Amino acid sequence: MKKDLVIIGGGPAGLAAAIAAKEEGVEDLLILERDARLGGILNQCIHNGFGLHTFREELTGPEYAERYIEKVRELEIPCRLNTMVVDLAEGPGEEGEDRPVKLITVMNREDGLVTIRARAVVLAMGCRERSRGALNIPGYRPAGIYSAGTAQRYVNMEGRMPGSEVVILGSGDIGLIMARRMTLEGAKVKLVAELMPYSGGLKRNIVQCLDDFGIPLKLQTTVVDIKGKERVEAVTVAQVDENSRPIPGTEEEIPCDTLLLSCGLIPENELSDGLGVAMNPVTNGPLVDESLETDKGGVFACGNVLHVHDLVDYVSEEAAQAGRKAAAYLGGGLKRSGRRIPIRAVKGVRYTVPAFIDLDRMEEKQVVRFRVGNVYRDAALTVAFDGNVVSRRKKRVMAPGEMEQVVLKREDLERAGNLGEIILSIEEQQNLS
Amino acid sequence: MTDVIVIGAGVTGCAIARELSRFELRVQVLERASDVCEGTSKANSGIAHAGFDAVPGSRKAQLNVEGSRIMESLSRELDFPYRRNGSLVLCFREEDRPALQKLYEQGIQNGVEGLQILEGEQVRQLEPNVSGQAVAALYAPSGGIVCPFGLTIALAENAAENGVEFHLNTEVQNVEKLGEGYRLTTNRGIFETKVVVNAAGVYADRFHNMVSGEKIRIIPRKGEYCLMDKKAGGYVSRTLFQLPTIYGKGVLVTPTVHGNLLAGPTAVDVEDAEAVNTTKEGLEDVLKRAALSVRALPSRQVITSFAGLRAHEENGDFILGQPKDAPGFFDAAGIESPGLTCAPAIGRYLAGEVQMYLSAEKKADFKAVRKGIPCMETASEEQRRRLIAENPLYANVVCRCELVTEGEIVDAIHRPLGATTLDGIKRRTRAGMGRCQAGFCSPRTVEILARELGKDISEICKNDPGSEFLVSQESENTAGGI
Repeated sequence: MKKDLVIIGGGPAGLAAAIAAKEEGVEDLLILERDARLGGILNQCIHNGFGLHTFREELTGPEYAERYIEKVRELEIPCRLNTMVVDLAEGPGEEGEDRPVKLITVMNREDGLVTIRARAVVLAMGCRERSRGALNIPGYRPAGIYSAGTAQRYVNMEGRMPGSEVVILGSGDIGLIMARRMTLEGAKVKLVAELMPYSGGLKRNIVQCLDDFGIPLKLQTTVVDIKGKERVEAVTVAQVDENSRPIPGTEEEIPCDTLLLSCGLIPENELSDGLGVAMNPVTNGPLVDESLETDKGGVFACGNVLHVHDLVDYVSEEAAQAGRKAAAYLGGGLKRSGRRIPIRAVKGVRYTVPAFIDLDRMEEKQVVRFRVGNVYRDAALTVAFDGNVVSRRKKRVMAPGEMEQVVLKREDLERAGNLGEIILSIEEQQNLS
Repeated sequence: MTDVIVIGAGVTGCAIARELSRFELRVQVLERASDVCEGTSKANSGIAHAGFDAVPGSRKAQLNVEGSRIMESLSRELDFPYRRNGSLVLCFREEDRPALQKLYEQGIQNGVEGLQILEGEQVRQLEPNVSGQAVAALYAPSGGIVCPFGLTIALAENAAENGVEFHLNTEVQNVEKLGEGYRLTTNRGIFETKVVVNAAGVYADRFHNMVSGEKIRIIPRKGEYCLMDKKAGGYVSRTLFQLPTIYGKGVLVTPTVHGNLLAGPTAVDVEDAEAVNTTKEGLEDVLKRAALSVRALPSRQVITSFAGLRAHEENGDFILGQPKDAPGFFDAAGIESPGLTCAPAIGRYLAGEVQMYLSAEKKADFKAVRKGIPCMETASEEQRRRLIAENPLYANVVCRCELVTEGEIVDAIHRPLGATTLDGIKRRTRAGMGRCQAGFCSPRTVEILARELGKDISEICKNDPGSEFLVSQESENTAGGI
């Protein structure tokens, strides 16, 4: 099978990328989705709050997804569901094509094992949750330990309750949402414990999901032991010091039958790794330029496989750009020039997407998204061209749970002349004059 | 009255049962857990030891070398994952060289083939990630790695196919000597048998001491492990042991037969024979000790940790055969490292003893060959195509991390001694063993188990009764959302 563009993943990123590519004139495209339906994780996010930026209204996850799925249907973009990509590789291009072709090996019940030759690929595989094993929490290994997302799927899609007395470790957004959800379904959520001195989730979720229901959040607290042989019977929590080490003597045993984990999301880049795409060790996602193109030409990345987002609206926006740029690539454009400027994240800025800007390919404005590594109050976000600070924007609060952004203008970069690097950093209060 | 009852369906019990199934005997295996391979056999290093460790002339030495020799042909006969990857015992101090030399000589005496002492630089040529602290090593090319679940389940399935009856969820509470034979009281009624084989792991002393005046004592000795992602699996290709030093026995770093990297175990004696919990101290100790063997242990790639209990006999020896005062009661007690390697040889030996005791005849129709569940992940493209053509369920991926399909899961359920639990599926197919640790696939696997077994999903357990995945039938208020 041959395709111009294959989009791997039919979640919010894949859908928006496909729509944008089609609207830019890509006719021969295909979405590959491993689940039985389009929409990805949005299908189990039945709470509202999606789409405030994009549609100026509050939608539930499935409603938000439906808007894009409708559009995909309207544009007659083909999809293969229940289809797993088992390998992604590069091969020599066809006649008249000097750029390598992408070989996508897929499996499903209808087609069996098939290799698709694609001229361009959008990576939109999303992310997975960090497991108990990866956190290396000691104790027994009984039933009753779930990632928050798995529990969410049981409750919202299967209509089943994974437990009745719950402790949640990690205050990421899914954990906060599930604290409310389990409570509404009649479970008792006894505690949300967070290792860090701040929550990893959105402020609005802390208010709406914990405060409004009287669920306690303990910061700088972690789970140090799990008890119960068949089913969880209790967990032991302890306070941690500034190095996140449990403080002896602060242990407290909490009887419960369920431990939910919301301790971070990891982009699912096994296919990208297999292809040999250059990765950012901070995000665990590909390193991309302003066009969201990876170091492998014709391979674009967007959504949570690129970096974990806070709001789906930004995923859709970013993915649409990936789709447009893939269309430009297929149209013969998007050649690489020598004018590639790295963006360096320092002092509190953990990473940036994109990591490079190719000045010749840059649009008039470029949004640079990033996350900060700590909670900053009344600090300033600065942008420097080489050594010179060109913008300093004061912000009341910046927190790791919320994505930040700056907008770079092409004319500014052009004006700076032979620019070596763009530097993003946080300047704390004492340094502000 | 049955001919033989084997207590315990771990690797030892299953190996004995499989060897007994060659004879015209009625054999029953009683296992307290809901599946085979639920005790020590599920949580160990997965090593097929070359055989230089045991004291020359000891039964352990002989069984180890024999077990190591037959493992490869057995892996073909019974279709379980095994690879002869070679092993190195690393020596970190010049003054420990005599101990390394002793190990070498011991191995030669035991009949281990191909042993060689290598200098530090030679070791690092073989294994570039071995730490600079290693001054020498004993190289045993015959060392291997094996899937402990694969081996145990293969032995059990083959035994079952040859007529052995497995009684799961059946806990032996008492063993009583009769005029002839024994009476076993269990939570599922009384069993009477001419012969008892005691392969009860950490509980073997309990049953032995019920029938014999020669008391034995088994001490549960905990070992904790950290398992790393397949991305780290190629960090070393041979099994790295540490020469025991004044600082302790040391831990191993090894690739597993499935391509992960494994570090462990600790060795701590515990009172509680159920204490399979990991501890903060233990896991830290594993990573710290393992770091001695390699340049930079990829400890950020840990995907899970676990603990197992070795059945350590207080004198450190295997106890095999009949106590003088309990004819017809055959012990397979104190089976700790290299017990996994020895199991096939122990099976042969004890089945031979039982056969002589009962004067049993060989079966004419014994089926020695067992075919395992197809594995899509390791299958070639051609094999994949053939499997999918036979059954399209082999194209429906359930576990994305380990590429396990619905076809393999359905197979695992409908085999002899098929899986009935999530852990049973995991050990037979590897669904849920990957980097997401069943986050994505467990709802699907639970659904398939319920469908194939005709149960409601709320009845599906992780392992033993009481480990149900979901607590209630139905949440009340799902449709409306918030």
